Amino acid sequence: MLRDITLGQYYPADSILHKLDPRVKLFGTLIYIISLFLFDNIWGILWITLALVCVVRLSKVPFSFMIRGLRSIIILLIVAGVFNLFLTPGQEIASFGIFKITMEGLRNASLMTVRMVYLIIGTSIMTLTTTPNQLTDGLEKSLHGLTKLNVPVHEIAMMMSIALRFIPILIEETDKIMKAQMARGADFESGNIFQKARNMVPLLVPLFVSAFRRAYDLAQAMEARCYNGGEGRTKMKPLKYVSRDRNAYILIFVAFVVTIVLKVVL
Amino acid sequence: MSFIEAKNLVHEYFRRDENDNVVDILTAVDNVDMNVEAGQFISILGHNGSGKSTLAKHLNVLLTPSSGTLFVDGKDASDEKNTLDIRQTAGMVFQNPDNQIIASVVEEDVAFGPENIGVPTDEIWQRVEKSLKAVGMWDYREHSPNKLSGGQKQRVAIAGVMAMEPKCIVLDEPTAMLDPDGRKEVLDAVHELNKKKGVTIILITHYMEEVVGSDYVFVMDRGHVVMQGTPREIFSDVETLKEHRLDVPQITELAYELKKSGVDLPDGILTRQELLEALRYLDEN
Ligand SMILES: Nc1ncnc2c1ncn2[C@@H]1O[C@H](COP(=O)(O)OP(=O)(O)OP(=O)(O)O)[C@@H](O)[C@H]1O
Ligand SMILES: [Mg+2]
Repeated sequence: MLRDITLGQYYPADSILHKLDPRVKLFGTLIYIISLFLFDNIWGILWITLALVCVVRLSKVPFSFMIRGLRSIIILLIVAGVFNLFLTPGQEIASFGIFKITMEGLRNASLMTVRMVYLIIGTSIMTLTTTPNQLTDGLEKSLHGLTKLNVPVHEIAMMMSIALRFIPILIEETDKIMKAQMARGADFESGNIFQKARNMVPLLVPLFVSAFRRAYDLAQAMEARCYNGGEGRTKMKPLKYVSRDRNAYILIFVAFVVTIVLKVVL
Repeated sequence: MSFIEAKNLVHEYFRRDENDNVVDILTAVDNVDMNVEAGQFISILGHNGSGKSTLAKHLNVLLTPSSGTLFVDGKDASDEKNTLDIRQTAGMVFQNPDNQIIASVVEEDVAFGPENIGVPTDEIWQRVEKSLKAVGMWDYREHSPNKLSGGQKQRVAIAGVMAMEPKCIVLDEPTAMLDPDGRKEVLDAVHELNKKKGVTIILITHYMEEVVGSDYVFVMDRGHVVMQGTPREIFSDVETLKEHRLDVPQITELAYELKKSGVDLPDGILTRQELLEALRYLDEN
């Protein structure tokens, strides 16, 4: 049952977005998120929608994949929307008993919904077109400057990529232990939340023991292969900008300027 | 000087209590002398806990001698300056294939070692190609290791070591977690590397059949090297082997039992073929 969880939602396709350097995509996503929270009028929405539609088309990823992420936040969306709708003070346009819908509430609720939905779609596009490995590589390279502030950027990136490799293995193992314990009469389904938590002990203990054992083995295997930290390491697939990436940067910049202009002028 | 030269090698594990006082000393490797020549295929046998893994980890400087000396390719393993050099010279493959593959793509995992020692990008690609082809895993270069069989994963691990261009590979029970097909796959790959590339192989195993093809065998028990010789010499002495809680290959066992019950067979028969020939010879005379 646990095996159904998939990690990283990369969707392989042959598109310009897939080929783009992950650093460009990370930067673009950042700018996009900032823009989302900058605009507050209909022109901004239209402009960002236009940009988003272009990117969606470019990515060659089916739209249904992008809105998958929405399912998990739909409750949050509804709750936040309702709160915004009814609890924002201002000019009243309708009322149900003690609940009032105001002009401002309507505006806030729709703005917030659009922002959240666009946020999910936008970040999904990034994760759908970038492999987890590229993503960690991109993060490592983009944040390299932080090493000067004693942030262990290489180590964090290494931890992320090892986690990516081992999460499926540990999930499989959890599944196995679960079945083994169920065969011995363990019960993971019934009872209230406290009983359930206590029933997890026979699952978690062996899982932790095994995870530590794996970590120890892996550390030795890495050392045996001369791993020595980030210093002096070369890369099999180094990130290198090509003209396509430079153009993308320019495009992102121009789009951002337009957003700011729209915000200031209108 | 031999390629690997251990003299009076001792390794002690200390067990300490919470206050860091030593409560127990366990001598896992006890006064071992061992010489291995370059290009040899060596097997190390021994019952559980006899110190094989501990010895193997010295060859890769994951452990250093408590006393005695160890030279690998002329370099002193006790000298910290040589650590990375020796690790490059003598690569190590471990038992559990899952716990030694670092990257989520086969080719990137093979590149991990060369990346660590600062090999330039172009050369990394060449090395990855060469090593993956040498173990027959080139077609899987873009796969995720999670989707490979145990034997395939272990071959990837071997390729990962090969990519560092070592002179020697130490394999610590590389087939223990594999099915018979996987075992054969891995063993064939290792023999091929030994023959075609002249890589010195040190194979630790519990499977007597895997020992038959090697040049020289060491048998360990309780930290000591208790027997050494060619596979034929070792397996001729079934009695002593049993004393050290070890078996012999099934065919050797069969020949041994036949001999005990009066069939006139030579000692140390290792393969089916040999047994067949010996029996045929008896028949003809
Ligand atoms: N990290 C450690 N700390 C303390 N004692 C250890 C450690 N590793 C191994 N030992 C002990 O040292 C002895 C030799 O262990 P080693 O793993 O070298 O044996 P082995 O021949 O490889 O056995 P196996 O065939 O089971 O792999 C054993 O008694 C073991 O319990
Ligand atoms: Mg061992």
